[in-house]
Amino acid sequence: MVAGSPSLPALPPSERIGGFITHLRHNGFPVGPAETMDALALLNLVHWPQVHDTRLAFKSMLCADKANWEKFDELFDAYWFGRGVKTLVLQDEAQRSRRRDTAKRPDLWDSILPPGVLPARGKLADDATGDADGQTTQNIRASTRDVLARTDLRHIVSPDDVAAVEETAEKLAKAMRDRLSRRRKPSTKGREIDIRRTIRRNLSKGGDPFFLVRRKRPERPVNLIVLLDVSGSMQQYSRLFLAFLRGLLGPWLKTDAFLFHTRLVRITDALRDRDYGRAMDRMTLVAEGFGGGTRIGHCLQVFNEQYAKECLNTRSAVIVMSDGYDTDDPMSVAKQLARLKKRARRLIWLNPLAGWDNYEPVARGMAEALPHIDLFRAANSLESLAALEPELARL
Amino acid sequence: MALSLAMTLGRSLLLEGEAGVGKTEIAKVLAKVENTDLIRLQCYEGLDANAAIYEWNYQRQLLAIKVREQAEMSPDEVETHIFSEPFLLRRPLLEAISQDKAPVLLIDEIDRADEEFEAFLLEVLSDFQVSVPELGTISARTVPHVILTSNSTRELSDALRRRCLYSYVDYPDPEKELRIVKTHMPAIDDTLVRQIVGFVQSLRKEELEKTPGIAESLDWATALTGLAVGSLTDHPDVICASLVCLLKTEADLKSVTPEVTARLIGKVA
Repeated sequence: MVAGSPSLPALPPSERIGGFITHLRHNGFPVGPAETMDALALLNLVHWPQVHDTRLAFKSMLCADKANWEKFDELFDAYWFGRGVKTLVLQDEAQRSRRRDTAKRPDLWDSILPPGVLPARGKLADDATGDADGQTTQNIRASTRDVLARTDLRHIVSPDDVAAVEETAEKLAKAMRDRLSRRRKPSTKGREIDIRRTIRRNLSKGGDPFFLVRRKRPERPVNLIVLLDVSGSMQQYSRLFLAFLRGLLGPWLKTDAFLFHTRLVRITDALRDRDYGRAMDRMTLVAEGFGGGTRIGHCLQVFNEQYAKECLNTRSAVIVMSDGYDTDDPMSVAKQLARLKKRARRLIWLNPLAGWDNYEPVARGMAEALPHIDLFRAANSLESLAALEPELARL
Repeated sequence: MALSLAMTLGRSLLLEGEAGVGKTEIAKVLAKVENTDLIRLQCYEGLDANAAIYEWNYQRQLLAIKVREQAEMSPDEVETHIFSEPFLLRRPLLEAISQDKAPVLLIDEIDRADEEFEAFLLEVLSDFQVSVPELGTISARTVPHVILTSNSTRELSDALRRRCLYSYVDYPDPEKELRIVKTHMPAIDDTLVRQIVGFVQSLRKEELEKTPGIAESLDWATALTGLAVGSLTDHPDVICASLVCLLKTEADLKSVTPEVTARLIGKVA
């Protein structure tokens, strides 16, 4: 699609304006027919001799945020003067990424789940233990609960241990469930007296405060969004994190969960399934390409563009679980995080690698991301997960 | 430009930009130019309708009821009396729509208010009427010039953005800043202004946590005149000490060392 073709002047003004609005819309402006009408009305209302004035007028009318503001001049010139034409880069990019996805789409689900979970659900316990035994040569397996708490999650494999992880997650979820609001609502047990309502209620008593109406701070559920990295480098952790997610997604919390690797997939519904095996099955279906490469920046961008508006509000906490190893441009991670930060109340990054001794956030994506993160924590053992609780409760 | 358009079309204007670029000042100046009142509603988290539109004056109502008890009025009369205009405390929004001459309504830092308030504000801004259950609907006598400002600490709803004209206020270019400082401080020495503006402009290009705005340049200019500094090249230690006017965080103060200051001064001198 090429805008600003030389034939334009032949068209009546209304169509040219309509075309301009469409041109803007293709480039990500939130404009529609209403704006076309406004723009036309504006042209009828005032006459500016200078292009510069018209440009400024349209600019303040059609831009909705800073990004629009900065892009507008270029698009204006492109449409009306045919300079530096560029449009619809988005589509190409989407196609390119789709190609890349199909190129490396390994079936690595099995390496993330205990073998046996998928084919035969009944055998979950036996198989998982067998798996653990097989690994004992490399990893020292934890036996007591105390040790378990400090064990790196990579080494936790038995179903009991998985259950313990889920339990910790549940506790966490409870701790952060409510955040107090400053606005009051009437309540019989409230601490403060609501003068306005008291007087209204006691008008029939001649204004003497006969009944007292009280009010209190309402409790509001915290809105929690979790983005879990399930790429190859996170393989050993992904399964336990999924268990952790399941714990967080209690029925009382407003929570949304997403998996990402080269693409972003919403798994809230799949994860809410009560049957563990079936939940994992469903997730396999939605998350093809598990364990492949990672495109954190791209996935965050998809989240920002598609889901952020509906998922996030000022009471939202976003938790990203990832090691920060990225095949994308590291700068884009920082950029997208900054965008995300604007919509969310808190941004928490849990990095399993941070729990290792001598860890430095050297992965470039990670280094670029750090300034935008409210809380950067290790998450490689149950203990480190539990240590999050007070932080999240303070939200 | 956006401002004149907002006036012509009678639409609200949303100004966004860094802190200290003069968003609030625009409203103040507009009020002065239009020779009308400026009504300011400062938003904060937890701001609700009672604080923004109206509230009944309860104490006065109680008192009135007590007095009327002796006077033997019928209950109906009492009620009509205590829910009449004299007992209504006007908060900024109601105040703004009940003026005889259209005022400038400045809704400052809208991003600080919570989303409920934003939604509620949409309603007021589109119809310019307020309904008080006991009195009925109060329509606007004149439509105020509405200016909203935001520091973008939080993304505003798209609905609000669509209803407003938008303008992003950036730091001014050197020429403009020069004029601003001179307007505010007519007595200041010409070379000093030039140096101050040049210095602040290049300071903005440094990596700082909090970039100094116009308000900071003005503060600094005042401070330097107060300290009787004739030129930035004169007293390096005084200049360094006075940088507290421009740099507002510890990290920034540390990063702008005397060497950096000397380098920046060298550029403008």
